[in-house]
Amino acid sequence: MAYVVPRPNLTWKEKMYLPSIVAGLMVTIKHLKNMLSGKTKVLMQYPEEKWDAHMPEHYRGAPTLVKDTKDRERCVACQLCEFICPPRAITIVPEEIPGDSKWAKVEKRPLKFDIDMIRCIYCGMCEEVCPEQAIFLRKDYAITGITRAEMVHDKKKLYELGGVFDGLVQKWNPLK
Amino acid sequence: MMSFLSSSDFWFLVGTSLAKTIFLIFLVVLPMVSYTVYAERRVSAAMQDRSGPNRVGFPISLLGFKKDFSPFLGGLGQPVADAVKFLLKEDFVPGHVNKPYFWLAPCLAMIPSIVVLAAIPFGSTFLGVDMVVANLNVGILYIFAISSVGVYGIVLAGWSSNSKYPFLGGIRSTSQMISYELGLGFSAVPVLLIAGSTSLTKITQYQVDHGWLLLPFTAGMPGLREILLWIPVVIAFVTFTICMFAETNRLPFDLPESETELVAGYHTEYSSMKFALFFLGEYTAMIAGSSLIVVLFLGGWNFPFIPDGSAGWFWGLVNISVFFGKVAVLLFFFIWVRWTLPRFRYDQLMKLGWLYIFEIALVNVFLTAGILAFTK
Repeated sequence: MAYVVPRPNLTWKEKMYLPSIVAGLMVTIKHLKNMLSGKTKVLMQYPEEKWDAHMPEHYRGAPTLVKDTKDRERCVACQLCEFICPPRAITIVPEEIPGDSKWAKVEKRPLKFDIDMIRCIYCGMCEEVCPEQAIFLRKDYAITGITRAEMVHDKKKLYELGGVFDGLVQKWNPLK
Repeated sequence: MMSFLSSSDFWFLVGTSLAKTIFLIFLVVLPMVSYTVYAERRVSAAMQDRSGPNRVGFPISLLGFKKDFSPFLGGLGQPVADAVKFLLKEDFVPGHVNKPYFWLAPCLAMIPSIVVLAAIPFGSTFLGVDMVVANLNVGILYIFAISSVGVYGIVLAGWSSNSKYPFLGGIRSTSQMISYELGLGFSAVPVLLIAGSTSLTKITQYQVDHGWLLLPFTAGMPGLREILLWIPVVIAFVTFTICMFAETNRLPFDLPESETELVAGYHTEYSSMKFALFFLGEYTAMIAGSSLIVVLFLGGWNFPFIPDGSAGWFWGLVNISVFFGKVAVLLFFFIWVRWTLPRFRYDQLMKLGWLYIFEIALVNVFLTAGILAFTK
Protein backbone atom coordinates (compact mmCIF):
# COMPACT_ATOMS: atom_id res chain seq x y z
CA MET A 1 0.00 0.00 0.00
CA ALA A 2 1.62 3.18 -1.14
CA TYR A 3 1.76 6.03 1.30
CA VAL A 4 0.33 9.26 -0.08
CA VAL A 5 2.01 12.35 1.27
CA PRO A 6 -0.78 14.65 2.49
CA ARG A 7 -0.50 17.97 0.71
CA PRO A 8 -1.81 20.95 2.63
CA ASN A 9 -4.74 22.78 1.06
CA LEU A 10 -3.40 26.23 0.31
CA THR A 11 -5.59 29.29 0.53
CA TRP A 12 -5.66 31.64 -2.46
CA LYS A 13 -3.39 34.01 -0.52
CA GLU A 14 -0.75 31.31 -0.13
CA LYS A 15 -1.10 30.27 -3.77
CA MET A 16 -0.32 33.84 -4.89
CA TYR A 17 3.26 33.56 -3.50
CA LEU A 18 3.53 37.33 -3.20
CA PRO A 19 2.58 37.71 0.52
CA SER A 20 5.08 35.08 1.56
CA ILE A 21 7.72 36.65 -0.70
CA VAL A 22 7.18 39.98 1.06
CA ALA A 23 7.39 38.23 4.44
CA GLY A 24 10.68 36.65 3.37
CA LEU A 25 12.04 39.99 2.19
CA MET A 26 11.20 41.46 5.60
CA VAL A 27 13.20 38.71 7.33
CA THR A 28 16.33 39.36 5.28
CA ILE A 29 16.10 43.15 5.57
CA LYS A 30 15.79 42.76 9.35
CA HIS A 31 19.07 40.84 9.39
CA LEU A 32 20.69 43.51 7.20
CA LYS A 33 19.42 46.25 9.53
CA ASN A 34 20.70 44.47 12.64
CA MET A 35 24.06 43.98 10.93
CA LEU A 36 24.36 47.64 9.94
CA SER A 37 23.33 48.88 13.39
CA GLY A 38 25.92 46.58 14.97
CA LYS A 39 23.33 44.52 16.85
CA THR A 40 24.48 41.26 15.25
CA LYS A 41 27.54 39.65 16.76
CA VAL A 42 29.91 38.87 13.90
CA LEU A 43 32.22 35.88 13.97
CA MET A 44 35.79 36.25 15.20
CA GLN A 45 37.85 38.44 12.85
CA TYR A 46 40.70 35.97 12.75
CA PRO A 47 44.08 37.63 12.26
CA GLU A 48 43.15 40.51 14.58
CA GLU A 49 41.29 38.46 17.18
CA LYS A 50 42.68 35.07 18.01
CA TRP A 51 41.58 32.01 19.89
CA ASP A 52 44.32 32.46 22.50
CA ALA A 53 42.12 34.10 25.13
CA HIS A 54 39.28 31.62 24.61
CA MET A 55 41.36 28.48 24.62
CA PRO A 56 40.13 25.84 27.09
CA GLU A 57 42.50 24.61 29.78
CA HIS A 58 42.72 21.11 28.30
CA TYR A 59 43.50 22.24 24.74
CA ARG A 60 45.99 20.04 22.93
CA GLY A 61 48.18 22.20 20.73
CA ALA A 62 51.71 21.67 19.49
CA PRO A 63 53.89 19.28 21.52
CA THR A 64 56.85 21.02 23.19
CA LEU A 65 59.76 20.20 25.48
CA VAL A 66 60.11 21.94 28.84
CA LYS A 67 62.99 22.75 31.17
CA ASP A 68 62.82 23.02 34.94
CA THR A 69 63.63 26.10 36.97
CA LYS A 70 67.31 25.14 37.18
CA ASP A 71 67.52 25.28 33.38
CA ARG A 72 67.96 21.54 33.17
CA GLU A 73 66.28 19.69 30.38
CA ARG A 74 63.79 17.22 31.80
CA CYS A 75 64.03 14.84 28.87
CA VAL A 76 66.25 11.83 29.56
CA ALA A 77 66.04 10.45 26.01
CA CYS A 78 64.18 7.27 27.07
CA GLN A 79 62.52 7.30 23.62
CA LEU A 80 59.13 6.17 24.96
CA CYS A 81 57.43 9.03 23.12
CA GLU A 82 59.20 8.02 19.92
CA PHE A 83 57.85 4.49 20.26
CA ILE A 84 54.30 5.45 21.26
CA CYS A 85 53.87 8.17 18.63
CA PRO A 86 51.12 6.81 16.30
CA PRO A 87 52.19 8.72 13.14
CA ARG A 88 55.91 8.35 14.03
CA ALA A 89 56.47 12.07 14.04
CA ILE A 90 59.14 12.02 16.77
CA THR A 91 62.80 11.19 16.09
CA ILE A 92 65.24 11.13 19.00
CA VAL A 93 69.01 10.62 18.89
CA PRO A 94 70.18 10.00 22.50
CA GLU A 95 73.53 11.01 23.84
CA GLU A 96 75.44 10.08 27.00
CA ILE A 97 75.95 12.83 29.52
CA PRO A 98 79.69 13.15 30.17
CA GLY A 99 80.88 11.91 33.60
CA ASP A 100 82.20 15.29 34.74
CA SER A 101 78.85 16.96 34.23
CA LYS A 102 76.79 18.10 37.19
CA TRP A 103 73.88 15.94 35.96
CA ALA A 104 75.98 12.87 35.20
CA LYS A 105 73.74 10.59 37.27
CA VAL A 106 70.92 11.11 34.72
CA GLU A 107 73.12 9.29 32.19
CA LYS A 108 71.24 10.20 28.98
CA ARG A 109 70.01 13.28 27.22
CA PRO A 110 68.69 13.90 23.70
CA LEU A 111 71.31 14.98 21.19
CA LYS A 112 68.60 15.50 18.62
CA PHE A 113 64.88 15.74 19.25
CA ASP A 114 62.82 16.35 16.11
CA ILE A 115 59.02 16.46 15.85
CA ASP A 116 57.70 16.54 12.30
CA MET A 117 54.68 18.82 12.60
CA ILE A 118 53.37 17.66 9.21
CA ARG A 119 52.97 14.17 10.69
CA CYS A 120 51.92 15.10 14.24
CA ILE A 121 48.25 14.41 14.92
CA TYR A 122 48.14 16.24 18.28
CA CYS A 123 46.95 13.09 20.07
CA GLY A 124 48.88 13.80 23.27
CA MET A 125 50.20 10.26 23.70
CA CYS A 126 53.78 11.53 24.02
CA GLU A 127 52.70 13.71 26.91
CA GLU A 128 50.86 10.80 28.52
CA VAL A 129 53.71 8.34 28.20
CA CYS A 130 56.57 10.60 29.31
CA PRO A 131 57.89 9.40 32.70
CA GLU A 132 59.84 12.60 33.27
CA GLN A 133 57.07 15.10 32.47
CA ALA A 134 59.31 16.60 29.83
CA ILE A 135 56.97 16.83 26.86
CA PHE A 136 53.74 18.77 26.97
CA LEU A 137 51.09 19.77 24.46
CA ARG A 138 50.84 23.56 24.69
CA LYS A 139 48.35 25.95 23.15
CA ASP A 140 50.14 26.83 19.90
CA TYR A 141 47.89 25.81 17.02
CA ALA A 142 48.96 27.87 14.04
CA ILE A 143 52.08 25.96 13.02
CA THR A 144 53.01 27.16 9.54
CA GLY A 145 56.00 27.00 7.26
CA ILE A 146 56.94 27.43 3.64
CA THR A 147 59.06 24.28 3.27
CA ARG A 148 58.80 20.77 4.66
CA ALA A 149 62.11 21.23 6.46
CA GLU A 150 60.71 24.27 8.22
CA MET A 151 57.83 22.20 9.58
CA VAL A 152 60.18 19.92 11.51
CA HIS A 153 60.62 21.31 15.02
CA ASP A 154 64.11 20.64 16.30
CA LYS A 155 65.23 20.63 19.95
CA LYS A 156 65.94 24.36 20.07
CA LYS A 157 62.54 25.26 18.66
CA LEU A 158 60.78 22.82 20.99
CA TYR A 159 62.42 24.32 24.09
CA GLU A 160 61.65 27.79 22.80
CA LEU A 161 57.95 26.92 22.50
CA GLY A 162 57.87 24.98 25.77
CA GLY A 163 59.62 27.31 28.16
CA VAL A 164 60.05 26.53 31.84
CA PHE A 165 57.84 24.37 34.06
CA ASP A 166 58.11 24.71 37.80
CA GLY A 167 57.98 21.60 39.97
CA LEU A 168 55.56 18.76 39.50
CA VAL A 169 52.84 19.31 37.01
CA GLN A 170 49.34 17.91 37.35
CA LYS A 171 49.96 15.53 34.54
CA TRP A 172 47.10 13.12 35.18
CA ASN A 173 44.56 15.87 35.19
CA PRO A 174 41.34 14.17 33.98
CA LEU A 175 40.65 17.11 31.71
CA LYS A 176 43.89 16.61 29.81
CA MET B 1 23.06 62.63 -47.82
CA MET B 2 26.62 63.46 -48.86
CA SER B 3 26.15 67.04 -47.73
CA PHE B 4 25.07 65.81 -44.29
CA LEU B 5 28.14 63.56 -44.02
CA SER B 6 30.48 66.48 -44.67
CA SER B 7 28.57 69.01 -42.58
CA SER B 8 29.66 70.07 -39.09
CA ASP B 9 26.37 68.66 -37.72
CA PHE B 10 27.55 65.18 -38.61
CA TRP B 11 30.87 65.56 -36.83
CA PHE B 12 29.08 67.08 -33.83
CA LEU B 13 26.81 64.01 -33.76
CA VAL B 14 29.77 61.62 -34.03
CA GLY B 15 31.73 63.47 -31.35
CA THR B 16 28.90 63.71 -28.83
CA SER B 17 27.85 60.10 -29.43
CA LEU B 18 31.39 58.89 -28.81
CA ALA B 19 31.70 61.07 -25.70
CA LYS B 20 28.36 59.82 -24.37
CA THR B 21 29.25 56.18 -25.08
CA ILE B 22 32.61 56.46 -23.34
CA PHE B 23 31.05 58.27 -20.38
CA LEU B 24 28.20 55.76 -20.08
CA ILE B 25 30.18 52.55 -20.52
CA PHE B 26 33.56 53.28 -18.98
CA LEU B 27 32.78 55.88 -16.35
CA VAL B 28 29.35 54.77 -15.20
CA VAL B 29 28.27 51.26 -16.12
CA LEU B 30 31.48 49.24 -15.79
CA PRO B 31 32.42 50.75 -12.39
CA MET B 32 28.81 50.25 -11.38
CA VAL B 33 29.02 46.59 -12.44
CA SER B 34 32.13 45.94 -10.37
CA TYR B 35 30.70 47.68 -7.33
CA THR B 36 27.40 45.83 -7.76
CA VAL B 37 29.40 42.63 -7.43
CA TYR B 38 30.99 44.06 -4.29
CA ALA B 39 27.57 45.20 -2.99
CA GLU B 40 26.16 41.77 -3.74
CA ARG B 41 28.83 40.15 -1.60
CA ARG B 42 28.53 42.64 1.26
CA VAL B 43 24.71 42.70 1.31
CA SER B 44 24.42 38.93 1.07
CA ALA B 45 26.93 38.64 3.90
CA ALA B 46 25.00 41.08 6.07
CA MET B 47 21.73 39.26 5.37
CA GLN B 48 23.32 36.02 6.51
CA ASP B 49 24.98 37.62 9.58
CA ARG B 50 28.47 37.47 8.11
CA SER B 51 30.76 40.39 7.35
CA GLY B 52 31.79 39.77 3.72
CA PRO B 53 34.88 41.16 1.96
CA ASN B 54 35.99 43.94 4.31
CA ARG B 55 39.78 43.88 4.03
CA VAL B 56 41.08 44.86 0.60
CA GLY B 57 41.90 48.55 0.46
CA PHE B 58 43.82 50.51 -2.14
CA PRO B 59 47.55 49.78 -1.74
CA ILE B 60 48.69 53.39 -2.15
CA SER B 61 51.59 52.70 0.20
CA LEU B 62 53.21 51.22 -2.94
CA LEU B 63 53.14 54.74 -4.40
CA GLY B 64 54.96 56.21 -1.42
CA PHE B 65 52.08 57.12 0.89
CA LYS B 66 52.34 56.27 4.57
CA LYS B 67 49.30 54.01 4.89
CA ASP B 68 47.07 52.01 2.60
CA PHE B 69 43.79 53.73 1.80
CA SER B 70 40.83 51.71 3.06
CA PRO B 71 37.83 54.03 3.31
CA PHE B 72 34.79 53.78 5.51
CA LEU B 73 33.35 50.32 4.80
CA GLY B 74 36.56 48.47 4.03
CA GLY B 75 36.97 46.12 1.10
CA LEU B 76 36.40 48.82 -1.51
CA GLY B 77 39.52 47.64 -3.34
CA GLN B 78 37.97 44.19 -3.79
CA PRO B 79 36.64 44.80 -7.36
CA VAL B 80 40.12 45.90 -8.48
CA ALA B 81 41.68 42.81 -6.93
CA ASP B 82 39.03 40.61 -8.55
CA ALA B 83 39.68 42.15 -11.96
CA VAL B 84 43.43 41.66 -11.64
CA LYS B 85 42.88 38.07 -10.60
CA PHE B 86 40.63 37.37 -13.59
CA LEU B 87 43.16 38.90 -15.98
CA LEU B 88 46.11 36.98 -14.58
CA LYS B 89 44.49 33.57 -14.25
CA GLU B 90 45.24 30.83 -16.73
CA ASP B 91 42.71 30.85 -19.56
CA PHE B 92 42.13 27.14 -19.81
CA VAL B 93 40.22 25.77 -22.80
CA PRO B 94 39.28 22.10 -22.38
CA GLY B 95 40.20 19.86 -25.31
CA HIS B 96 36.68 18.58 -25.94
CA VAL B 97 35.00 21.91 -26.68
CA ASN B 98 33.89 23.34 -30.01
CA LYS B 99 36.46 26.13 -30.06
CA PRO B 100 35.00 28.84 -32.36
CA TYR B 101 31.65 28.82 -30.57
CA PHE B 102 33.36 28.42 -27.20
CA TRP B 103 35.20 31.68 -27.89
CA LEU B 104 32.15 33.41 -29.35
CA ALA B 105 29.79 32.66 -26.45
CA PRO B 106 31.29 34.99 -23.78
CA CYS B 107 31.29 37.88 -26.26
CA LEU B 108 27.65 37.20 -27.07
CA ALA B 109 26.85 37.23 -23.37
CA MET B 110 28.51 40.61 -22.81
CA ILE B 111 27.83 42.59 -26.00
CA PRO B 112 23.99 42.62 -26.11
CA SER B 113 23.70 43.86 -22.56
CA ILE B 114 26.05 46.76 -23.32
CA VAL B 115 24.43 47.55 -26.68
CA VAL B 116 21.02 47.70 -25.00
CA LEU B 117 22.21 50.67 -22.95
CA ALA B 118 22.46 52.78 -26.13
CA ALA B 119 18.73 53.44 -26.26
CA ILE B 120 18.31 54.27 -22.57
CA PRO B 121 17.81 57.99 -21.83
CA PHE B 122 19.99 58.28 -18.73
CA GLY B 123 19.61 62.03 -18.27
CA SER B 124 17.70 65.01 -19.62
CA THR B 125 20.15 67.27 -21.45
CA PHE B 126 23.68 68.30 -20.62
CA LEU B 127 24.97 71.50 -22.25
CA GLY B 128 22.15 71.18 -24.79
CA VAL B 129 23.01 67.59 -25.76
CA ASP B 130 20.38 64.88 -25.20
CA MET B 131 21.66 62.36 -22.66
CA VAL B 132 20.84 59.29 -24.72
CA VAL B 133 23.34 57.65 -27.04
CA ALA B 134 20.80 56.73 -29.73
CA ASN B 135 17.45 58.49 -29.57
CA LEU B 136 15.48 55.78 -31.38
CA ASN B 137 11.78 56.18 -32.01
CA VAL B 138 11.40 52.39 -31.58
CA GLY B 139 13.65 52.31 -28.52
CA ILE B 140 11.77 49.66 -26.58
CA LEU B 141 11.46 47.31 -29.55
CA TYR B 142 15.20 47.71 -30.13
CA ILE B 143 15.88 46.82 -26.50
CA PHE B 144 13.69 43.71 -26.59
CA ALA B 145 15.24 42.61 -29.87
CA ILE B 146 18.83 43.02 -28.68
CA SER B 147 18.37 41.67 -25.17
CA SER B 148 16.91 38.43 -26.53
CA VAL B 149 20.14 37.96 -28.49
CA GLY B 150 21.80 37.64 -25.07
CA VAL B 151 20.34 34.14 -24.75
CA TYR B 152 22.57 32.98 -27.62
CA GLY B 153 25.63 33.56 -25.45
CA ILE B 154 24.28 31.16 -22.86
CA VAL B 155 22.96 28.61 -25.35
CA LEU B 156 26.20 28.59 -27.34
CA ALA B 157 28.24 28.31 -24.17
CA GLY B 158 26.16 25.35 -23.05
CA TRP B 159 26.28 23.64 -26.41
CA SER B 160 29.91 24.27 -27.36
CA SER B 161 31.20 23.16 -23.95
CA ASN B 162 30.31 19.64 -25.08
CA SER B 163 29.63 18.37 -21.58
CA LYS B 164 26.40 17.48 -19.86
CA TYR B 165 25.89 20.11 -17.15
CA PRO B 166 26.56 23.14 -19.36
CA PHE B 167 24.32 21.55 -21.98
CA LEU B 168 21.45 21.20 -19.50
CA GLY B 169 22.01 24.81 -18.43
CA GLY B 170 21.88 26.00 -22.03
CA ILE B 171 18.67 24.06 -22.72
CA ARG B 172 16.99 25.43 -19.62
CA SER B 173 18.04 28.93 -20.56
CA THR B 174 16.49 28.62 -24.01
CA SER B 175 13.07 27.57 -22.79
CA GLN B 176 13.14 30.03 -19.90
CA MET B 177 13.96 32.97 -22.15
CA ILE B 178 11.27 32.07 -24.66
CA SER B 179 8.60 31.77 -21.98
CA TYR B 180 9.48 34.99 -20.21
CA GLU B 181 10.15 37.14 -23.28
CA LEU B 182 6.41 37.05 -24.05
CA GLY B 183 5.42 38.16 -20.58
CA LEU B 184 8.08 40.87 -20.68
CA GLY B 185 6.83 42.25 -23.98
CA PHE B 186 3.18 42.19 -22.97
CA SER B 187 3.89 43.85 -19.62
CA ALA B 188 5.49 46.78 -21.41
CA VAL B 189 2.50 47.28 -23.73
CA PRO B 190 0.30 49.15 -21.16
CA VAL B 191 3.10 51.70 -20.73
CA LEU B 192 3.34 52.16 -24.49
CA LEU B 193 -0.44 52.60 -24.70
CA ILE B 194 -0.47 55.19 -21.93
CA ALA B 195 2.49 57.17 -23.22
CA GLY B 196 1.43 56.70 -26.83
CA SER B 197 4.96 56.08 -28.08
CA THR B 198 7.67 53.43 -28.23
CA SER B 199 10.40 56.03 -27.91
CA LEU B 200 11.95 55.86 -24.43
CA THR B 201 12.63 59.61 -24.50
CA LYS B 202 8.94 60.30 -25.16
CA ILE B 203 7.90 57.85 -22.42
CA THR B 204 10.15 59.70 -19.97
CA GLN B 205 8.78 63.05 -21.13
CA TYR B 206 5.21 61.79 -20.60
CA GLN B 207 6.12 60.88 -17.02
CA VAL B 208 7.72 64.28 -16.45
CA ASP B 209 4.44 65.92 -17.50
CA HIS B 210 1.91 63.52 -15.95
CA GLY B 211 3.82 62.08 -12.96
CA TRP B 212 5.74 58.81 -12.78
CA LEU B 213 3.57 55.95 -13.92
CA LEU B 214 4.02 54.05 -10.67
CA LEU B 215 3.74 57.17 -8.44
CA PRO B 216 1.36 59.51 -10.30
CA PHE B 217 1.41 62.18 -7.56
CA THR B 218 4.97 63.27 -8.41
CA ALA B 219 3.48 65.86 -10.80
CA GLY B 220 0.81 67.28 -8.49
CA MET B 221 -2.58 65.78 -7.59
CA PRO B 222 -3.39 62.99 -10.07
CA GLY B 223 -6.72 63.17 -11.90
CA LEU B 224 -9.28 60.33 -12.19
CA ARG B 225 -7.55 59.03 -15.34
CA GLU B 226 -4.18 58.72 -13.62
CA ILE B 227 -5.72 57.03 -10.58
CA LEU B 228 -7.62 54.51 -12.72
CA LEU B 229 -4.55 53.87 -14.86
CA TRP B 230 -2.49 53.26 -11.74
CA ILE B 231 -4.13 49.80 -11.29
CA PRO B 232 -2.93 48.28 -14.60
CA VAL B 233 0.42 50.04 -14.19
CA VAL B 234 1.05 48.34 -10.84
CA ILE B 235 0.13 44.95 -12.33
CA ALA B 236 2.38 45.65 -15.32
CA PHE B 237 5.21 46.72 -13.00
CA VAL B 238 5.01 43.51 -10.97
CA THR B 239 4.89 41.22 -14.02
CA PHE B 240 7.58 43.22 -15.81
CA THR B 241 9.91 43.04 -12.80
CA ILE B 242 9.34 39.29 -12.41
CA CYS B 243 10.06 38.76 -16.11
CA MET B 244 13.14 40.94 -15.82
CA PHE B 245 14.43 38.66 -13.05
CA ALA B 246 13.92 35.70 -15.37
CA GLU B 247 15.45 37.56 -18.32
CA THR B 248 18.64 38.41 -16.41
CA ASN B 249 18.87 34.91 -14.83
CA ARG B 250 18.66 36.28 -11.31
CA LEU B 251 18.01 34.01 -8.44
CA PRO B 252 14.44 32.84 -8.23
CA PHE B 253 14.92 32.02 -11.92
CA ASP B 254 18.63 31.20 -12.21
CA LEU B 255 18.04 27.72 -13.58
CA PRO B 256 20.68 28.00 -16.36
CA GLU B 257 23.30 28.40 -13.68
CA SER B 258 21.83 26.49 -10.74
CA GLU B 259 24.95 25.77 -8.71
CA THR B 260 23.37 23.09 -6.57
CA GLU B 261 22.28 20.92 -9.48
CA LEU B 262 24.40 21.80 -12.52
CA VAL B 263 27.82 22.59 -10.97
CA ALA B 264 27.87 26.08 -12.53
CA GLY B 265 25.47 25.58 -15.42
CA TYR B 266 26.45 26.99 -18.78
CA HIS B 267 29.82 28.40 -17.67
CA THR B 268 31.12 25.26 -15.95
CA GLU B 269 33.91 24.82 -18.53
CA TYR B 270 34.95 28.48 -18.58
CA SER B 271 37.78 30.05 -16.64
CA SER B 272 39.64 33.32 -16.34
CA MET B 273 38.47 36.29 -18.40
CA LYS B 274 35.96 34.25 -20.40
CA PHE B 275 34.15 33.40 -17.18
CA ALA B 276 34.48 37.02 -16.10
CA LEU B 277 32.72 38.11 -19.31
CA PHE B 278 29.71 35.94 -18.44
CA PHE B 279 29.79 37.38 -14.96
CA LEU B 280 30.05 40.97 -16.16
CA GLY B 281 27.42 40.30 -18.80
CA GLU B 282 24.97 39.14 -16.14
CA TYR B 283 25.52 42.25 -14.04
CA THR B 284 25.44 44.59 -17.05
CA ALA B 285 22.17 42.97 -18.05
CA MET B 286 20.94 43.67 -14.52
CA ILE B 287 21.86 47.32 -14.91
CA ALA B 288 20.24 47.50 -18.34
CA GLY B 289 17.10 45.82 -16.99
CA SER B 290 16.92 48.15 -13.98
CA SER B 291 17.42 51.14 -16.30
CA LEU B 292 14.52 49.93 -18.42
CA ILE B 293 12.28 49.56 -15.35
CA VAL B 294 13.29 53.05 -14.24
CA VAL B 295 12.52 54.52 -17.66
CA LEU B 296 9.19 52.72 -18.05
CA PHE B 297 7.73 52.96 -14.56
CA LEU B 298 9.77 55.21 -12.30
CA GLY B 299 10.02 58.41 -14.31
CA GLY B 300 13.51 58.03 -15.76
CA TRP B 301 15.75 60.93 -14.77
CA ASN B 302 12.83 62.95 -13.38
CA PHE B 303 12.59 63.86 -9.71
CA PRO B 304 9.91 66.17 -8.30
CA PHE B 305 10.97 69.84 -7.98
CA ILE B 306 14.28 69.31 -9.78
CA PRO B 307 14.47 71.15 -13.11
CA ASP B 308 15.77 69.44 -16.24
CA GLY B 309 19.02 70.13 -18.07
CA SER B 310 17.77 73.30 -19.79
CA ALA B 311 18.14 75.08 -16.42
CA GLY B 312 21.94 74.71 -16.49
CA TRP B 313 24.67 72.08 -16.67
CA PHE B 314 24.52 71.45 -12.93
CA TRP B 315 20.90 70.32 -13.14
CA GLY B 316 21.83 68.13 -16.13
CA LEU B 317 24.35 66.34 -13.91
CA VAL B 318 21.78 66.09 -11.09
CA ASN B 319 19.33 64.44 -13.51
CA ILE B 320 21.95 61.87 -14.51
CA SER B 321 22.69 61.16 -10.83
CA VAL B 322 18.98 60.82 -10.07
CA PHE B 323 18.65 58.25 -12.86
CA PHE B 324 21.56 56.14 -11.66
CA GLY B 325 20.41 56.56 -8.06
CA LYS B 326 17.10 54.97 -9.00
CA VAL B 327 18.98 52.22 -10.87
CA ALA B 328 21.09 51.60 -7.76
CA VAL B 329 17.95 51.25 -5.61
CA LEU B 330 16.58 48.68 -8.07
CA LEU B 331 19.92 46.86 -8.10
CA PHE B 332 19.71 46.63 -4.32
CA PHE B 333 16.23 45.19 -4.76
CA PHE B 334 17.62 42.59 -7.20
CA ILE B 335 20.28 41.60 -4.64
CA TRP B 336 17.78 41.62 -1.80
CA VAL B 337 15.44 39.25 -3.65
CA ARG B 338 18.32 37.00 -4.65
CA TRP B 339 19.33 36.39 -1.05
CA THR B 340 15.77 35.85 0.12
CA LEU B 341 14.09 33.45 -2.28
CA PRO B 342 14.97 29.86 -3.12
CA ARG B 343 15.15 28.73 -6.74
CA PHE B 344 11.99 27.64 -8.57
CA ARG B 345 11.69 24.08 -9.70
CA TYR B 346 11.82 23.79 -13.49
CA ASP B 347 8.14 22.90 -13.97
CA GLN B 348 7.08 25.63 -11.53
CA LEU B 349 9.09 28.12 -13.56
CA MET B 350 7.38 27.08 -16.80
CA LYS B 351 3.96 27.07 -15.14
CA LEU B 352 4.49 30.53 -13.69
CA GLY B 353 5.64 31.92 -17.02
CA TRP B 354 3.04 30.40 -19.31
CA LEU B 355 -0.03 30.04 -17.07
CA TYR B 356 0.17 33.17 -14.91
CA ILE B 357 2.52 35.94 -16.03
CA PHE B 358 1.61 35.66 -19.72
CA GLU B 359 -2.18 35.66 -19.06
CA ILE B 360 -2.04 38.44 -16.48
CA ALA B 361 0.02 40.62 -18.82
CA LEU B 362 -2.32 39.90 -21.73
CA VAL B 363 -5.47 40.77 -19.76
CA ASN B 364 -3.70 43.82 -18.42
CA VAL B 365 -3.24 45.15 -21.95
CA PHE B 366 -7.01 45.06 -22.54
CA LEU B 367 -7.68 46.56 -19.10
CA THR B 368 -5.41 49.50 -19.91
CA ALA B 369 -6.92 49.93 -23.35
CA GLY B 370 -10.44 49.93 -21.81
CA ILE B 371 -9.53 52.52 -19.19
CA LEU B 372 -7.86 54.69 -21.83
CA ALA B 373 -10.93 54.45 -24.08
CA PHE B 374 -13.38 55.34 -21.31
CA THR B 375 -11.43 58.25 -19.86
CA LYS B 376 -10.63 59.81 -23.22
